[in-house]
Amino acid sequence: MGEEVEESIDGLRQSFRTGRTRSVAWRKSQLGSIVRLVSENEEKIFSALYQDLGKHPVECYRDELGVVLKSAAYALRNLDKWVAPKKGNLPLLFFPARGQVIPEPLGVVLVISSWNFPISLALDPVIGAISAGNAVVLKPSELAPACSAFLAEHVPLYLDTKAVKVVEGGVDMGERLLRQRWDKIFFTGGPKGGQIVMSAAARYLTPVTLELGGKCPTILDTLSDAYDVKIMVKRIAGGKWGPCCGQACIGVDYILVERKFSATLIELLRRTIKKFYGENPQSSKSICRIVNRDHFERLKSMLKDPAVADSIKFGGSMDEEILFIEPTILLDPPLDSELMMSEIFGPLLPIITVDNIQESIEFINSRPKPLAIYAFTKNEAFKQRIIKETSSGSITFNDVMVQFVCDELPFGGVGQSGFGRYHGKYSFDTFSHEKAVMRRGFFPELEPRYPPWNDFKLRFIRLAYRFNYLGLLLLMLLSRR
Amino acid sequence: MPSSSVEEPRRDDGSGEGTRVKIYKSPKGLQEEKAKTTSNLPYLLLLLLLLLHPSTLPLLHFKLAAIGLSVNLARERPSFQALPRKAAVPLRVSSSMATEVMEEKGQAFDSRKAEALVRDLRSRFEDGRTRSYEWRVFQLKAIARMVKEREKDILGALMTDLSKPELEAFVTEISLTKSACKKAISELKAWMKPEKVKTSIITFPSSAEIVSEPFGVVLIISTWNFPFLLSLDPLIGAISAGNAVVLKPSESAPATSSLLTKLLEEYVDGSAVRVVEGAVPETTALLEQRWDKILYTGSGRVARIVMAAAAKHLTPVILELGGKCPAIVDSNVDLEVAAKRLMGGKWTCNNGQACIAVDHIITPKSFAPKLIEALRAGVEEFFGKNPTESQDMSRVVNRYHFARLAKLMDEDGVSEKIVFGGERDEGKLRIAPTVLLDVPGDSQIMQEEIFGPLLPIVTVDKVEDGIALVNSRPKPLAAYLFTKNDLLKQQFVQRVSAGGMLINDTVLHLTVPGLPFGGVGESGMGSYHGKFSFDAFSHKKAVLSRGFVGEINTRYPPYTPKKQRLLKALIGGNIIGIILALIGWNTKE
Repeated sequence: MGEEVEESIDGLRQSFRTGRTRSVAWRKSQLGSIVRLVSENEEKIFSALYQDLGKHPVECYRDELGVVLKSAAYALRNLDKWVAPKKGNLPLLFFPARGQVIPEPLGVVLVISSWNFPISLALDPVIGAISAGNAVVLKPSELAPACSAFLAEHVPLYLDTKAVKVVEGGVDMGERLLRQRWDKIFFTGGPKGGQIVMSAAARYLTPVTLELGGKCPTILDTLSDAYDVKIMVKRIAGGKWGPCCGQACIGVDYILVERKFSATLIELLRRTIKKFYGENPQSSKSICRIVNRDHFERLKSMLKDPAVADSIKFGGSMDEEILFIEPTILLDPPLDSELMMSEIFGPLLPIITVDNIQESIEFINSRPKPLAIYAFTKNEAFKQRIIKETSSGSITFNDVMVQFVCDELPFGGVGQSGFGRYHGKYSFDTFSHEKAVMRRGFFPELEPRYPPWNDFKLRFIRLAYRFNYLGLLLLMLLSRR
Repeated sequence: MPSSSVEEPRRDDGSGEGTRVKIYKSPKGLQEEKAKTTSNLPYLLLLLLLLLHPSTLPLLHFKLAAIGLSVNLARERPSFQALPRKAAVPLRVSSSMATEVMEEKGQAFDSRKAEALVRDLRSRFEDGRTRSYEWRVFQLKAIARMVKEREKDILGALMTDLSKPELEAFVTEISLTKSACKKAISELKAWMKPEKVKTSIITFPSSAEIVSEPFGVVLIISTWNFPFLLSLDPLIGAISAGNAVVLKPSESAPATSSLLTKLLEEYVDGSAVRVVEGAVPETTALLEQRWDKILYTGSGRVARIVMAAAAKHLTPVILELGGKCPAIVDSNVDLEVAAKRLMGGKWTCNNGQACIAVDHIITPKSFAPKLIEALRAGVEEFFGKNPTESQDMSRVVNRYHFARLAKLMDEDGVSEKIVFGGERDEGKLRIAPTVLLDVPGDSQIMQEEIFGPLLPIVTVDKVEDGIALVNSRPKPLAAYLFTKNDLLKQQFVQRVSAGGMLINDTVLHLTVPGLPFGGVGESGMGSYHGKFSFDAFSHKKAVLSRGFVGEINTRYPPYTPKKQRLLKALIGGNIIGIILALIGWNTKE
């Protein structure tokens, strides 16, 4: 790569200065190109994702291609509305005047994406950056090399090479990129990476959006209806082992349930796993593998602790050759074990029992704020308690993960799960500066604004700040005498 | 008037202090608010009529000018006698003083103390105290009452710290704080209400809302140039959003800093709102702690330290910095009005010591002499023949900044460019309004933010060249343009990037709660004021609710080609495709 990276960033900055990326027509054509990039290369993307993670095409479509297509289409549909200036209300005192809030692009932005959804977590932020009229550098994760190579090869074929660049590389390249001046950095990854990115950004006062993860809890209230229970278990199993085999920032990390319900739950989950992945999940094409040996070892060591190993109620087998770990259910593992202290990011599902489901709120609050909280309940009062008394990036009732595809909802964390948000209009806002613009004429001029100061002016300003227009009139008329 | 509710706060409003959150707006509350706004209407209409009527427009202008002038001649200041001028009092070197005071009391604020403070506030936040609407409004009303009842004390502190003229202090510090408070009180219910949003076909049936929740324990580090406003304005935002707060006022405005400590202790809930006074060591101790949000107002240098410290705990930051705010002045303006407004954004705005003050003027070469004459005349009108003696202008904050400004003026190649002004009085820390013409572009005065009464004028051949000149520098917090040319206005708005911009006036956009106030690039990140303050201190939590009906098995393994077709149709919003896939129609194979 040599000197190229620094030069190509300079090139992007020059393109940005010429105003190339600002026109709505340019933004729309680029968004259209992203749609074509994805839809014309479906098979290639499927195969890249299969190589990197063993993702099945249906899962690819649901979590990657579909997400990108939907976001791009949504942005295309709404872009005209987003770029329009918003009116800011002005006090009458300044009449005649006009206040507006005008969104403008920030400049040259850096998107650093992660390996678990290597296509959607790369292109979804890029859609936001382009919608807002920025020049973009995308650094895909080196841990999903096939997808990274696909993006590096195909993005230049479809998108404007003068304004959108893909830079491949590992930690060294990441650090090198972080030494440059950016107008915004959008980072998806872990908290440690987030700290490094933000520290580097401080040097140039670059605003950052950090999309991190956390241990996302799932609260299961006791449901009386057998049908509801069936749906609930399906949704949990789908949310745990479905998207990238639990390697997802909003995946179900652990379950909170009342003690009396735990045996039934384990039995139902076991049956659902059989239904989803057959008698021998290892040979199923419908489940992803673990991304690499490091993560495989990390997960393996979580189960090494004898107290944890004892709590395994289902699964637990693994195959190092093909980096496969079976869907695994654990009941009440020690709370101070690695498994319960750090984000699992894999197919292990601990079930934590409580005496009363209401206690789960305290349990959640005693830990860092997660990116998502899931709760299956029909108890409205309990729902309200969860909303008001816990803090998390998002809450979803009676389902898991689907909040990710709602364009109208902001997606982002709080506390340890990051800050800043995107999706839909929020993606546009994340990559825009909201410029306040106020316009005035030269008349009328209110002299009391200026020195030399005197008592009349003080009285005038007192009234003006209260917007007491009658008082102002009286003051002016009476003072004339 | 909406103000009445602020003016007469009732102590008993806090009776519901400890009660649980009440977010949803009652219909009764709505009606009351409506009634309040309608009572304002007749006056609004009256003034509107007066303003709109073409014949009264110049009249009003003339009338006001006439009154201003006549009182000016009399030069009587009855109500100003109450406050003794303290400009001549020897200056105190603030940072050491603050530490001394602390050490005297035997309570130096170190990491251990900071940690205990944050722990204390966190437990206060966690017991839910600060979340209730009642608690928030009670604190806001207390602040409004504090500003009203202790106006004299506040003006006195500002006089001590900056010799800030009473009226200027009233306009920029007291009034803006009051109106921020009033706005928050009257609109808080609406702000707190969860925002309903649409949901998509993919999650059908479902409902979704965005809930604003407090971050937790937040830190506000304020600055010395508007030491009262820039402490309380963010504080109002943080309290509105339901956070526990630590405020660190600037040690360079020691009188205001200690007054804030005293007043806030007296008026607001000290178990959730604390003031920590001090300088670098105290700030360092504070920054080591884990905060849920930090708002810092000040310089880019310190902002980098704040952001790097925040990175350790992944704390989001709002940085309110400054920059060299340019004013482009076209030759077609109403000269007298433009000159006055420029002066209003420089010498009557804390004597240029403001983050949105006009830093330099850019104007066509041919127009510069006229503009300079108008400014010279204006300065004489505003501050008399001997501006260093004028009591209508703030002084330079301290010896350090005085020396910095003197150095800027004395640089070779700069000092000979002074057109008028340049007088200084080191004892009183006063520098006269000083205009410089075409100083070298590489001189220090054109490199750093001036933050004082020096006003360089940069000339260009065509006024349009000003835009490129502005764009060649880091993005400023504010950019000003004076012109009657609509095309130029449009170009300016489109091509210049700045925190905010104001056309044909200066500084006023700061006072508008409907506009976000904040920088971009070197001038900072994040914004506040009005609803934006509430949002700045709130986490927007997405809440999605689903039922158990309408389950689509497509989501789940084992995956099949049919599921893939159905998903495609679903995501594409293709209804026919959905039906075809559901009935098993096979289009491909």
